[in-house]
Amino acid sequence: MSEILTKSRARNVFYGGSIFFVVVFGVLTAQSHSHITQTATAGMELTDEVRLGKHVWEKNSCINCHSLHGEGAYFAPEVGNVMTRWGVIDDPESAYEILDGWMMSQPSGIEGRRQMPHFELTEEEMRGLAEFLRWADQTDTQNWPPNDAG
Amino acid sequence: MKYQSQKVAYWYFLAAMALFGVQVLGGLLAGWIYVSPNFLAEILPFNIVRMIHTNALIVWLLLGFFGAAYYLVPEESEREIFSVKLAYVQLVILLVGTLGAVGSYLAGIHGGREFLEQPLWVKFGILVAAVIFLVNISLTVLAGKKTAITNILLMGLWLLSLLWIFAFINPDNLSLDKMYWWFVVHLWVEATWELVMAAILGYLMLKLTGVDREVVEKWLYVIVATALFSGILGTGHHFYWIGTPGYWQWIGSIFSTLEVIPFFAMMSFAFIMVWKGRKNHPNKAALLWSLGASTVAFFGAGVWGFLHTLHGVNFYTHGTQITAAHGHLAFYGAYVALNLAMFSYAMPVLRQRAPYNQVLNMTSFWLMTGGMSFMTFVLTFAGTIQTHMQRIVGEYYMVVQDQLGLFYMMRFGAGAAVVLGAILFIYSQIVVRREIVKPGPVAVPGE
Repeated sequence: MSEILTKSRARNVFYGGSIFFVVVFGVLTAQSHSHITQTATAGMELTDEVRLGKHVWEKNSCINCHSLHGEGAYFAPEVGNVMTRWGVIDDPESAYEILDGWMMSQPSGIEGRRQMPHFELTEEEMRGLAEFLRWADQTDTQNWPPNDAG
Repeated sequence: MKYQSQKVAYWYFLAAMALFGVQVLGGLLAGWIYVSPNFLAEILPFNIVRMIHTNALIVWLLLGFFGAAYYLVPEESEREIFSVKLAYVQLVILLVGTLGAVGSYLAGIHGGREFLEQPLWVKFGILVAAVIFLVNISLTVLAGKKTAITNILLMGLWLLSLLWIFAFINPDNLSLDKMYWWFVVHLWVEATWELVMAAILGYLMLKLTGVDREVVEKWLYVIVATALFSGILGTGHHFYWIGTPGYWQWIGSIFSTLEVIPFFAMMSFAFIMVWKGRKNHPNKAALLWSLGASTVAFFGAGVWGFLHTLHGVNFYTHGTQITAAHGHLAFYGAYVALNLAMFSYAMPVLRQRAPYNQVLNMTSFWLMTGGMSFMTFVLTFAGTIQTHMQRIVGEYYMVVQDQLGLFYMMRFGAGAAVVLGAILFIYSQIVVRREIVKPGPVAVPGE
């Protein structure tokens, strides 16, 4: 074993193999990039409103409590499918109203229940956020999550 | 301490330990909010606490890696660091950036990509600091002796710094955002950081066991080869449900299963080296941390990673407390314990004394390791129930969470043990000046 596998051979396998896997990964990433833009997220246009909503989502660090497509903090509900759960995935106006109603009623102040902070958003921002969540919900996520509970 | 410039590492380790304290206290607070959700809810919401908890962790681990590099590269390359001044400039930039980040988080100013919440100027600061570091350490290595340990360490640090570029790339398309986000997050902790880990572990084995360098270095290349061969395509296990193509389910499942191999190899490597070496190094605490790190990394990253990595399983467990369980033990074993092994080894040398107060240090190892294991178990139970109730039965998130209170209470208790262990560790490194328990008499073997 030690005669076949010398240090320099081990090193060469390491360098050569790593380059090979980087190249394969690069090719697959490029393919995935076009799959995302052409297919998976093509169900709804990426409008300025959606962009604004993503900015609102980031500025308030929603990800550090909620999860989105299963990634985040797991301290608060999944929101990647929240518009489906609320039954408003195809209805922008209702999506805005129900989101606005929910966020304005926070924090609930109920003792022993996790508290969502109160976020001061303009109507434009709130509409953007609703559109962003609808946009995220229409993404082809290979049928994840398993059910509406998220 | 053979080289004067190694002293730089001392300040890196001190800064790292201070942030380690911040990190575990942040974690304890977050754990308490799970138990008592109204606590500080209006002043310091959970998302800010968690941000501080995760960011402090990442920065202190990096400070530890930088310090480890400044400590071991002079010995490996057999020369002083290219510029001590640059090393201190780098540290100051990192500390100003860290304090700035924490300050702005508390003021509610932050980005929104998980773990990459740092304001843009802090991100640039990190980039500048990384460039200074790479220049400084590369010039040192290039001018001196080149070993496998420095090769692998440098390769890991160069690649992780290059990947930092993706922290600046935030596409408007959420799925693209997520895909490139993993270029930093996954390719750090499941690829490039493993190179750094293997290099530091190899160095510690060389020093603590006295095994022949040729043997250590050959196995290092084998270990890092398995790490990158599995870890690069293993990124696919994050591409199951974010809008990426379906073929990642198979690529991700297969290659991330193989990610267990480097961790198993590192654990075997550490134990075999200790067995073969038979060197009676006086720093038993550093040895315990080294063996402990490789073992807990195997369980946390390897076994608990595998637990939910197959796409058929992950479909149900994705984004539950199972993920939290795995994350905690993996980070603790692979990177926290490894850094603490390095601190335990280097601090006595940097302070120019014999290894001291090892009993306290070893107590802290068992407190922290016990605490983290317990935390991992209870979160795994919580995650199992959550997976069943929410993903199979279809109960709503908060309904299920309300059933998990007992587990969160036990998690808080486990976290308290970890904090106690961390405080004990820091105390044993920087305060105690002598051995507090006298070693027993030397036994006569064979009787």
